[in-house]
Formats: sequence, C-alpha cells, structure tokens
Amino acid sequence: MGNEPKIFSKGYKWVGTRPVRPDGVDKVTGHAAFGADYQMPGMLAGAVVRSPHAHARIKSIDASAALALPGVRAVVTAEDFPDLPSEVSTGGEAPVNFRHVSLNVIARDKALYEGHAVAAVAATTPAIAAEAAALVKVDYEVLPHVIDVLEAMAPDAPVLHEDLYTSGVEPAPTKASNVAARTGFTLGDTAKGFAEADVIVEREFKTEAVHQGYIEPHAAVASYAADGMATIWCTSQGQFMVREFTAKLLGMDISSIRVIPSEIGGGFGGKTTVYLEPLAVALAKKSGRPVKLVMSRVEVFKATGPTSGAWVKVKIGAKRDGKLTAGEMVLKYQAGAFPGSPATLGGMTGFAPYDIENASAECWDVVSNRPKCAAYRAPGAPMAAFGVESALDELAQKLGMCPLELRMKNAAKAGTRALYGPKFLEIGYAETLAAAKVHPHWSAPLGKNQGRGIASGFWFNVGGPSSAAIHINEDGTAEVVTGNPDIGGSRASMAIMAAEVLGIDLAKVKPMIGDTGQIAYSFLTGGSRVTFATGKAVVEAAEATVAELKKRAAKLWKIDGQHVEWRDGQAWCTLDDGTERTPMSLAKIAASAGKTGGPISGAVSINAAGAGPGFGTHICDVEVDPETGAVTVLRYTAIQDVGRAIHPSYVEGQLQGGAAQGIGWALNEEYLYDANGRLQNASFLDYRMPVASDLPMIDTVLVEVPNPGHPFGVRGVGEVPIVPPLAAVANAVSRAVGVRIDALPISPPRLLKKLVEAGKA
Amino acid sequence: MEAIQYARPSTIDDAVRRLSEAGARVLAGGTDLLVQMRGGALRPRLIVDIKGIAELRRVESTPQGFRVGAAVAGAELGAHAAFAEQWPGVVEAFELIGSTQVQGRASLGGNLCNASPAADSVPALIAAGARCTIAGPQGRREMAVEEVCVGPGKTALAPGEFIVDFFFATPPARTGDAYLRFIPRTEMDIAVVGAAVCLTLDAGGRCTAARVALGAVAPRALLVPAAADALIGTTVDDAALARLAAAASAACQPIDDKRGTIEFRTRVAGVLARRAAVAALARARGQ
Amino acid sequence: MTKHHVSATVNGEPVEFLCETQQTLLDVLRDELELTGTKEGCGTGDCGACSVMLDGRLVCSCLVLGVETEGRRIETIESIAQGNELHPIQQQFLEDAALQCGICTPGIVVAAKALLDHNLNPTETEVRYWLAGNLCRCTGYDKIVRAVLNAAAKMREEA
Repeated sequence: MGNEPKIFSKGYKWVGTRPVRPDGVDKVTGHAAFGADYQMPGMLAGAVVRSPHAHARIKSIDASAALALPGVRAVVTAEDFPDLPSEVSTGGEAPVNFRHVSLNVIARDKALYEGHAVAAVAATTPAIAAEAAALVKVDYEVLPHVIDVLEAMAPDAPVLHEDLYTSGVEPAPTKASNVAARTGFTLGDTAKGFAEADVIVEREFKTEAVHQGYIEPHAAVASYAADGMATIWCTSQGQFMVREFTAKLLGMDISSIRVIPSEIGGGFGGKTTVYLEPLAVALAKKSGRPVKLVMSRVEVFKATGPTSGAWVKVKIGAKRDGKLTAGEMVLKYQAGAFPGSPATLGGMTGFAPYDIENASAECWDVVSNRPKCAAYRAPGAPMAAFGVESALDELAQKLGMCPLELRMKNAAKAGTRALYGPKFLEIGYAETLAAAKVHPHWSAPLGKNQGRGIASGFWFNVGGPSSAAIHINEDGTAEVVTGNPDIGGSRASMAIMAAEVLGIDLAKVKPMIGDTGQIAYSFLTGGSRVTFATGKAVVEAAEATVAELKKRAAKLWKIDGQHVEWRDGQAWCTLDDGTERTPMSLAKIAASAGKTGGPISGAVSINAAGAGPGFGTHICDVEVDPETGAVTVLRYTAIQDVGRAIHPSYVEGQLQGGAAQGIGWALNEEYLYDANGRLQNASFLDYRMPVASDLPMIDTVLVEVPNPGHPFGVRGVGEVPIVPPLAAVANAVSRAVGVRIDALPISPPRLLKKLVEAGKA
Repeated sequence: MEAIQYARPSTIDDAVRRLSEAGARVLAGGTDLLVQMRGGALRPRLIVDIKGIAELRRVESTPQGFRVGAAVAGAELGAHAAFAEQWPGVVEAFELIGSTQVQGRASLGGNLCNASPAADSVPALIAAGARCTIAGPQGRREMAVEEVCVGPGKTALAPGEFIVDFFFATPPARTGDAYLRFIPRTEMDIAVVGAAVCLTLDAGGRCTAARVALGAVAPRALLVPAAADALIGTTVDDAALARLAAAASAACQPIDDKRGTIEFRTRVAGVLARRAAVAALARARGQ
Repeated sequence: MTKHHVSATVNGEPVEFLCETQQTLLDVLRDELELTGTKEGCGTGDCGACSVMLDGRLVCSCLVLGVETEGRRIETIESIAQGNELHPIQQQFLEDAALQCGICTPGIVVAAKALLDHNLNPTETEVRYWLAGNLCRCTGYDKIVRAVLNAAAKMREEA
C-alpha cells in the first residue's frame, strides 16, 4: 500500500464509529476473569507479612512457629531471593533500578515504610495463611522516620539509604542523603526574561500523595514445575514487564516464565511494576504447589504506589499585554522509599503548553518513609500543571485579562520549542482553547458563591515496542493478537483499525490479548501508548496481511502481483490492457489459501516512533459553602486534542475518568500519616475518591488535529485529562471565594480555615 | 486457632444466655462487626445473630408511640410511612448511614452500640427523646439513648446485655425534628459533625420544648440543653438561632483526626445546629 | 475446624455449602460456589463491587456472613441475563460504553437493577445517590448514569 495516500485522508468505514466492545458481554455478565478469579487444582493461599513500622532495621526473622502450624507449606524471606546489584532497566513506565524493585518486593535489611513486605507464607487455606503470617516473628529495631518531602531534604533528616548520594549536583556530595537526584532544563535566559516583565507572579504550591485507586486489588497465581518452568496468571499493565521483572528478581531465565494476563480491573499506572508475582513464584517453588496471593485494600493503600506529593514553586513574568517573558519552576517530589519520583516529568511538562522564550525547571527526587511511588496517569505532570496553571490564573487576574485569552496569547504551536528540548510538530493546543471559547459552558452565568476555573495540560504520549499478529481464518474472518492488557477498551480500537485496513466487516475481526508465549514482546499498557503504538503495529500487521492477500490473489488469477489492488476487503485486478477481473473477496482467497502457500497471516514487531503530544483544556464551575468550606462541582467540561478518536465513546470515557480522578485529587484525596509514620486512612471510607453523587455529568469535546506520526492520526488520550483538573478546580474555588488556593486537597477544614483567616467565612 | 462459633437464637432469653458467654458479640446488620473482624481488630469466640428474634425485627405503632426493634434495617424503617411522617429527622439520620447496600443491613441498635461518637442515628435518637429497652441476665431495663454510650467504643451495657427496641413517645402537635451532618463527600463518609434538633411550637408559633444533640464533637454524642434553651420561649428567630449556634459550638469537646480539626468541628457544629433547627422548625410548622 | 452446613437458594437454584463462621457471603460465592462475577474491591462495604441481592434487598456480600444465608434467597450478577439474553441494563451498558476496565460493572449492574426494579423512572440525582456505594475509578460515572437512565427509558417503553 506504499504508494497510496495516508489513510487519514480518506473516509472511514469503522474508524470513528461506536461499536459494542468485543469484551463487553463478558464484563456485564460477570464472566470476565480478573486477577483474583483464577483457581488451580491444589492451589495454596498466600499471605504477606508486612512491617508495622515506618523505618526499622530487620534484626532477625523467625518463621519456625509459622512453619509449625498445620497447613503451612512455605515461608519465604529476602534470603530466598538473590541480592541484586544496582541495575537500571527501562521495562517499566520510567527507568527502574532492579535492586530497588527487589528490595521493595521484599525488604532485606531494613523496612522502609509501614506495609513494606518482609516475608510471605503459603498455606492450605486463606485463614491458615493469615494466622501463619501473624506467627512470623520479626525482630525490628525501630529507627527515626521522615515522611514530609522538605523535612526529608533537611541535613539532619533520618537517612533511608546509606548508599544514596545526590546525582546531578556539583560538586558531587560526599555524604549520603534522601535527595536522590537533581535534574533540570533551561531555555533562553530567565533573568533577562523577568527583567523584561511588567508583572510577576511567584507562589509556592503543595499537593499530597494520592493513590491510583483502581478497584481491583493486585492479585497473582503462580505455579512452578519440576522442570523449572514458572507460569503466572496475574493482573498487570504488562505481561512482558511481569515476566522480565520476575525473572530478574528470582535469577531466572526469561524463557522459563510464562505470564498469562487476566483482565485488569484498573491500573492508571499503578500496575506497571511487580509486588506479588515474584513472591508467588518463590512460594510456589518452595511448596511445589500453585500459590495465590491477593492484596487486601489496606495492603493496596499501604504497599503499592501512590503518586508523589509535591512541593512546587512557580514564578512567571509577563508584559502588560499578557505576553509571557519568563517562567521558572522548582519541583520537589516524594519518591517514596526508593528513588524514582516523576519530578523530572513535572519539569518537562509544566510549561509545555506555552511558548515561553525564557524558562527553566529544577527538579528534585526525594526519598522518605512512604511506599515507593508508582506511575499514575501522566506521572508528575498534574502537580506541575497545578502550579503553573494556578499562577497563570493569578497573572490573568493581575493583568485584568481573561484567563482564556492569556492562554491563547501564549499557546504553543507547531514550531514552538518546548523547555524539555524538541520543537513541536502538528499540535492542537490552540484548537482546544478555541473550542473552550465557543463552548456554552464558558459564557454561562454564575450565581452567588460560585466560581469558574480554566486550566490546561500536556502529556507527551509515548510510542515504544509493540507487536501485533493478524491471522486470517479459513472462512475469511480474522484474529488480531496483541500483547497489551486492555485497560479501557483498546481491544475495540485494535479490531476497528484492523477491519479498516483489511476492509472487512468489523464483526469478522476478533481481537485478543496474547500471553508472553503467544505474541512477541510489547511494552506496557501505559503512557497513553496502546492505541497509538500497538495500533500502529496492528495497522502494519494488517498491511502485511493485505500484501500477502494480494499475492495470493495474483497466484489464483495467475497474473503478476503489481496488478492487484486491495479495496473494500477484496482484491481488484486491472491488467495493462485495461481488462478487469471480477474482484476476489478475502473469504475466497482465505478458502483457497491451501493452494496458494498455506495459512495467511501478518505479524510485526515495531518500535513505534512519532507519538503526538496531547493537550487539553478543562472548564470547571464550583459552588462554595462559605460556612463549612464544602465545595460542590456544578459543571465540568473537558476539551482535548485527541488526534483521531478511533472509538469516540472510549475516548470520551478517558477524558471523563481522568477529570474525575483529578477532581478527587483536588478536593478530598490524600495520604494522611500519624506521628509514627503510619497511614491513617488506608480504606475507601477515609481515602475519599469521588462517588457518583459527588460529580456532575462531565461534558467532553474531542478536537481532532491528526498526528502525522500515525496512519489514522491517533494521539494518546489517557494521560492528558488528569493534568488540568487540579488547577481547574482550584482556580474555580479561588475565584468563587476571592482567596488563592495554593495547597491540595481543598478539603473543607482547610478551605474553611483559609476563609476564616481571610475574613470570608 | 479456635473456630468462631455462631448462634442464631429465636428468643430473647436464649440470646441473653449465649451473650453471657465469654467473647460473645452481637451480630445485627454486621456493617461494623464484619469490618472490625476483617481488619483484625476483633476476633469474637461466638457471634450471636439476633435477627432471628421477632421482637427485634418489628416496628410497632401504639397510641403512646412507636416501638422499633433494634435490628430493623434503615431501608425497612425508611419504608414505614407512618413512622417516617412522625419522625422524619430520625429517618433521615438513619438513612444517612452508609450506602444503599449498607441501608439494607445496618440497624439502629448496632449504630448505637458500636458507640462511635460520629454515629449518625444517635443524635437524632437523642433529640427525639428515644428510650431503649435493654435485655440482660438481670431481666429488662430501660435507658435514655444519651446514657447508652459512655465513650468511643464503650457502652453502659453490662455483659450479656443487648438492646431489644427503641421507644419513641408520640410527640405533641407542632413538633418537628431534623438531622444534618457534615461530610466531605456527598455520601459514603463518617460524619465530621452531626446535629439533630427536635422542637415543639405552641399555637402561636413559640417554641415550648426543644432538644438539641450533636455528634462527632465529643467522645460520645452530646445532648446540649444550653442550645435547646436558646430556642425555648422564642419564635426561633434569627437571634435565637444565633444563640443556639453559639451554644452548640461552646458545647463541643472535639479532637483533631483524619476526618476533621477541632477548629472546623467547633465552628461547623454551630452552623449545622442552626440549619437543623431551621429544618425542624419548618416541619413543626407543617411546611 | 467446625464448618456450618448451609442450604440456600442461589440464582434460583438450591445450593448447599460448608463454611466457617468468619467466611462472608462473598467468600462463599467466590471460593465455595465458584461464582466469581461478584468482585471484592475492599472487603469493608465501601466499594459495592460485591453487591448482590439477599431476599430481594441490595447488600454488600462482604458484609454478610455465609452462615447467615441459611434458607435465604441470593441473586448475583450471574443471574441477571436470562441465558444468553442480556438484561436491558446490561445491553445499555454495552451500547453506552458505560464500562472501561469492568471490575465494578457487575456490582453496578446488580445495584442498578435493584433501583429500576422499584423505580423505573429515577431522576439523575436519584441514580447518583443510589449508586453512591458503587465506586468506579475509570468512567467518572457519566456514562454509567446515562446508561441507567437510558435503560430505564427503554424499559418504560416496553412495560
């Protein structure tokens, strides 16, 4: 198809339609199998022993009483795992150090946060496993702990890792500290830019750690055969990640592990690493029986990744007419117990929507006695955007300018150089602002105690390794196999793209997700990459299949292949003399495959480049009860450049879901610690995610500025929508009450205190 | 580990006998007990399911008033039209406990005996002047609801005792009750502050009697006579409401915790008491 | 280990099972009866993923002991479709794309059916408050609420 025009210039049969998703019936009837739904013959139940202390040296572990309990089959500790050296891999959503992953999965010398796994047991029933876990005696020497990011940076703070020296600072430090790294970006000359400014806004912002909050707890079943072959059935955002990480942590060959992905009950970045899988394999190996490990909700909160709480300082300067002259950001992010916060990503994304000649970002990655942070939807970006977009709102107020006009005046466009380096190609940020301006929401009247906020956000969207295989069946139907867990409807998109290229009825295309033995390597489901990158692989696999179909048709016609074209699911042939053959359908070619060379399929593995940056703009109306500090979200509109919506319903769903998570982050969600460093609200009761009655309908506007890097113009869509809401909500509240909100969550006690102090309660 | 026993007595006497055993716990709706067991905070030796006792499951209307079984679920009481008409504040408080799912299980007796200072139904029960019947090894006794809880997680009930039912005396004409709570979300939260007001007006619209109760601002739900006094003898005008709010705030002895601060609870207690009084007033006026 | 022998009706069929006192109805459904459509999201009644009907009333099966169900009638997500014929709510969830990951979907379908069984004309606010005990982290509830309202409208037409 090389000579044909780009697909996105054509009219589509399936792309942009809203068919019922292929996995839908299983999910509305309860038949879909999620992580905890697997049962194996002879399966044991596992339980994890976790540290009750925020920071403690593990002096000894005595499992004898647990092992003596009838029904207990195995206990594992760090002694059962190789003591790995530092080694960085990029298999996760961000680079990871396998030593840290290993130490996070099972503590070796020190427990670094409350809930840190120190041992695991397997027994014949869940009740016996729980009883055995309580019988494992761990002798702890409790150490001083530190929770807050600024306190952790203080020179006298308790140090978590004696071998952690700050990278990226000159001169290199000679003393270990909790500051893992400093990174930074500079564009132009900010001193010059601020000198040119007529108005400057400078403010410090703070956000708290928040959890991804997927409803499905982590779960894994593992078996280990006498030949050394392990099989893992689990819920994750990447079966290949689970395979690589587990192999590394257990010192196994990758080929000795097969990972079979279950349906995944939400992840949002939180299932991009391993917690239970290596423990389950170790227990299965030791006991000789399959072992199932399922986290409780308390374990999910205490031991799996929230995202960083952050301290962000923003300074921006502008001319009287609103043209930005300079911007500076300093970001200090909690990494949790091991290095690896998304501070750098915050520094890269915060100013990305804007064309600012002089800008800089200074990013600090700081460890403290909290669970190791994990990716969460646009990792690092929402906190930076909260600072930048709030500062812009304040700047607009100071300039007496409409906040939307201020953004339009400074919007990044094709050709704008971003602070993090590249020049943007085709992007649709300005188009989102234009859509906001004409949306009825923007001009709707507001009542007493009500306010409207607007904020924008950016995410790179990523590509990376993806594989896809298309198999043409004997009757002309097709299977599309990919290697990415379907977290929000991606199977529907894969089938649509394959049907579009093959030119056959969508109902004849069945998508499936292969396990690690059924499809070639594919990077995680994350970073808003699947519809783009794996979609690109599907399109290429379909194109390869079409090429093969054309060859087979030529064979059947006994003509030269160059005369064959593919349209509407049929081979067409026009010979040099102008004679046309009766088109040959895919089904007919498939039926004759045995005579033309055997089964017809197309398989590709690619490293997808050309991901298109995504931008969104959100509008939020709130009403504040000035007597209690309660905030009600009255109306919400999410606008985003999605490139091309393959299945618009699920694209809208991404925008709505991201907005809802962002609203929760802004209003009520937070990790609360007591003086002993123990999490106070490890439940859905007190970790307050939005419930149905907390939210209005979330209106969406899909702007389509096609990404030239994808055959259909796809940009990723999942991450962007969580970036604007923090500031959209905070700006709305700020304008409703006349007091600038600089800390999240805007929980009623905090807001009421602010109102009382300002004399506005 | 020893197995947990389960009993489902069908008579009060049987229940008293089983509950007198060491480590016995009452199971009514289970919405607190099962959560505590799941979290490892509690492992009873015996669970006594009292839902098999008919007396605990019925709502009885007598000329003197309503008698509501201690194991009646929120959804059941809410569906009782006559009770809901007479005690809308009690019903609205009861129906605030948990989700639709929890409403199918949670009971008045359980909400009271869990002895959480933040229990939603308790201020409303206190404001309504409800009394409970307690059965135990020494026979039956009665107690005003405000005397049942003595502190967080602690009740005045002796071993073997449990609540059989609640009695709501038929109120005088022109009585209205209301309950409001503050939670950060719109549902699924524990009260940060709760306020219940029950008041009676004379024919001229003057308040002749009032009871004001607050939740989540002290180790147990408080009856606040000073707040009621601010209303009695007035037409419940703005000045009276302001005095009520001040008295309610003054009565608070809250703590700082994950759900709210001392400052917040104290301030909002006054706000909610005032708003609840306005709602109760409208009901007393038949509006 | 003393186990209780319990006889109950599950999805219209008589069943018998053995359970320990502390095993919840959710544990029994999933582990003893292999009805894994009912999900555990929290185990403390805060997420609604384990919603089932118990004698016609919506409950969290994690807040009911298995032993309590002696002689009682339980309906789970597995009983909502009649064979391969989806319930109108299930069909509407598919058409309105009211699910993303799908883990909360069984509980929400059971809860939504409980609502429409007694109120076929709910307002948006009524739907939102009725479903407040069913957490969904993917959708922001918009499409779920619309699907319930749309299903109700279709069921009213057919009624």
